[in-house]
Order: sequence, then C-alpha cells, then structure tokens
Amino acid sequence: MTDTAEALHVSNLHKRFGALEVLKGVSLTAKQGDVIAIIGGSGSGKSTFLRCINLLELPSAGEITIHGETITMKSDGHGGLMPSNRKQVQRIRTQLGMVFQSFNLWQHMTVLQNVIEVPVHVLGMPRDKAVEIGEALLRRVGLYEKRDVYPSFMSGGQQQRAAIARALAIQPLVMLFDEPTSALDPELVGEVLTVIGDLAKEKRTMILVTHEMKFARDVSSHVVFLHNGVIEEQGPPAQLFGDPKSERLKKFISSIH
Amino acid sequence: MAASSATMFDLSLLALDAPGWGGVLLKGFVASLELAVGGYCLGLLLGIGGACGKLYGGPILRDLMEVYTTLIRAVPELVLILLLYYAGTDAVNQLLALFGVGPVDINGLVAGIFVIGVVQGAYSTEVLRGAIKAVPPGQIEAARAYGMSPMLVMRRVTLPAMLPYAIPGLSNLWLIATKDTALLAVVGFSELTLVTRQAAGSTKAYMMFYMAAGVLYLALTLVSNVAIGIIERRSRRGMARPV
Repeated sequence: MTDTAEALHVSNLHKRFGALEVLKGVSLTAKQGDVIAIIGGSGSGKSTFLRCINLLELPSAGEITIHGETITMKSDGHGGLMPSNRKQVQRIRTQLGMVFQSFNLWQHMTVLQNVIEVPVHVLGMPRDKAVEIGEALLRRVGLYEKRDVYPSFMSGGQQQRAAIARALAIQPLVMLFDEPTSALDPELVGEVLTVIGDLAKEKRTMILVTHEMKFARDVSSHVVFLHNGVIEEQGPPAQLFGDPKSERLKKFISSIH
Repeated sequence: MAASSATMFDLSLLALDAPGWGGVLLKGFVASLELAVGGYCLGLLLGIGGACGKLYGGPILRDLMEVYTTLIRAVPELVLILLLYYAGTDAVNQLLALFGVGPVDINGLVAGIFVIGVVQGAYSTEVLRGAIKAVPPGQIEAARAYGMSPMLVMRRVTLPAMLPYAIPGLSNLWLIATKDTALLAVVGFSELTLVTRQAAGSTKAYMMFYMAAGVLYLALTLVSNVAIGIIERRSRRGMARPV
C-alpha cells in the first residue's frame, strides 16, 4: 500500500489526442500540505495533466493514486484507458476540489446553492448543516452578502471566489486549480490570488496550474516546469526561478518577465 | 331576416342545462384540456428521452430516434391521428388476443393522449436537443468533476440549465397541442370542436357556437401565455442578459 501521507501520486501519465501526444509520461507526487505549481507555455500539456487527475480527460496510459487508493482502469479497446469502476471515479472526484479557468458555476443556482449543491446532493449531507458550512466558507472568501445572488450578476473575481468556496465545501483532500486567474480582468486577479494564498498558508494540498509566476514563486512548495508533455525541470521555487538549469526554462522565465 | 339573426345569437342556447348546449360545450372543453395536458406531458417525456437518445445514445439508438422524429414530422398530423388511433387500438387488441384476452374497448381519451403525445414527442425531442446543446459545456463538466452520476447531472444541472433555451419552443408546442386536440374530432372523440359541430348542427346557430368555441380556445391561449410568462421569468432568473 502506498504511504497515505501521499495525498496524490501520478505515475507515468500519457495522453494522446489522435496522433498528437500531449503528455509523454508525467509523474508527480504531492504529500499532504504540498502546494505544487505547474508552469509552462501554452500547449505544454499542463491543463491536460490537471484534467487527467480527476479524469475529466481520460489518460491513455499511467496510474493515478489519491490518498493511497489507485483508480482502477482498463483498456478502452482503442489504445486508451477507461475507468473500470465508475462509482469509484465518482467517489474519488468528491475528494478533489476543482477550480476552473472560467469558474463554471451553475448559472441557475444562487451562490449559496452552488456551494451546498455537492455536499447535499452528492455527499448526502443534511441541508441545514451544508448551509451552515457554506455560509462560513462564503464569509471566508468575502461573499457572505452575495450568497443569494446568481453568479452571472457578479464580477469574474467574485465568481471565482465563489467557485473556490464550492470546492472547499466538499472538504477535498486535494485542490486542483486550472489557471484560476487567466479569465479575469487584471484588476480582479489580486482578490482571487489572496484567497488561494491563504489556502496555501494553511497547508492545504493543492495542485496549481498557473501563469502567475510571481504568485507561483511566493506560495508554492514545489514547482514543475512542463514542456512538450514532459517535465523539463522541477524543484523548490527559489531554485527553479533563481537558478534554472535547462535552457528552455531560462527562456520561458525571461519571456514572462 | 330578423328572425334568423335572432336564432343566430339566441344566447339561451348557451345555457348550461338542456335545452341549452353550454354544459355540453364546457364538457367538450374539459375533454380538450385533458387531451392537451396529457398529450403534452407524454410528449415532454418522450422528448426528454428522445433528446438524450440522440445526444448520448449509441449509433443504433440515435438512428432509431432519427427515424422517429423524421417520420412523425414528415407525415401530416391528421393522417397520423387516423393511423395511430385506428391502427393503434387495433394493434393493442390483436396483441391482447395473442394472450387470449378478448377485444377491449379502448378509452378514447387514453388513445387520444397517446396520439397527441407521440406527435408532440417528435417535435419536443428537437426543441430539447437544441436547448441541451445550448447549455455551456463547463456547467456539465463542473457537475462531472464533483462526482455527480450521469442521472444526477441530468436532473440537477442539464435539465434546469437548458430550460431558458427550451421554453420558447416548448410554449409553442403547448399552444399547438391545445389546438391539435381539435383533430381528434375526426375520430369521433367528443372534444370541444366535435361537440360544437353537434350543437351548431342541431340548432342551426352556427355562428354563435363556433364563436363560443373560438372564445374558449382564445381564453385558454391567454391564460397559457400568462403562465408561460411566469415560468419563463422564473427559469431565467439566473441570467444577467437575454438569451
């Protein structure tokens, strides 16, 4: 059995879209409390990698283990993989709090309804308890007053903070952030980063795909540089940003600044 | 001339009790309503199934649904009603005979609801398919990412999220359903149009009875419009901008 202090273990992940191989064997381990930032240019496969972790994309090969439990997969008959136990996938997904680039809040529900939806309807939590937890989380991300507002009446920054509250409401083992500030106007980025930074400080396990290099450097415990579907370089942020080894990472960092 | 115009609008003929025909007309109206509501609801169920079959089904199911919607929408409704009503009841009786059960008299209302439902189902399949496709994919993706089963995604996210896109088409279908009930007159079902013809034929007050029927159909449409407005506003309460 894998060490349960390992919140997430991905080994040798491959992903093909037709003839195009987007991920060419990526492995990653996140211990509890790790904040791992995944950086890389567009087309490097970083978002695909994150989406493979909760099987929004089905990997072509590889193994994913959450908290010691490996997702059982079988061949799909076309050279790829599919989950052999859909119930297991659904259960594991409730342990992964995903925050999307474009928020993806449910538009027909108010903010509070969004936050309590999964606890009540998937996890079977009594509604009043879910509301209590949900309101506390909304207070935390500064949206308590907006709890009865529909998402499309809020700014992008507010929507993303609500989406983070929705992810926290399931008490996830691992938080997955897929470029959480990329769809935001520049003046709204800060409020979202502050919330994510606070989560990092309280030692939540997080995988963060981001373009915000300064932020990645400040909050992460480990940085992974992905290039063309392979991990080109990884290490502590000070080392990766301060003393990059590979030419590609040097070029990438200088192109950002 | 004066005498004939007096019979034309002799309002006592609309009295609820015989010899007035008002009660008969209202009974016909209620029968029409039952047909419309039943047929529409059956059509909605068929439409949800059809839309899901077309969007998420395998190749065989998709082809079957395509045959259903194409055939039903290609044939005039009057022909379908004659066909399904007579051939349908006949088929049920033949089937019962196979199990050694004698022929039964099939309830006209049930047969009528079935006929209208099957026709409406084909149209609502297309309305709902379009509406489901209009739901931003991220909404459904988020539901999957949080561990919802396909049925739960459908019930909690896809169906409520597609409503704003479906309601204009579905309200049209409801208004069409209320008037399609009149086609059941040709198979002798006592809905509003048939009883109006009987009332007009036996009193010769054609103008008055057909106008009375027209007023009932109009009232139904007006009340429906109010209800549709309420439902539409409610379904779009999460939308900042018009669709």
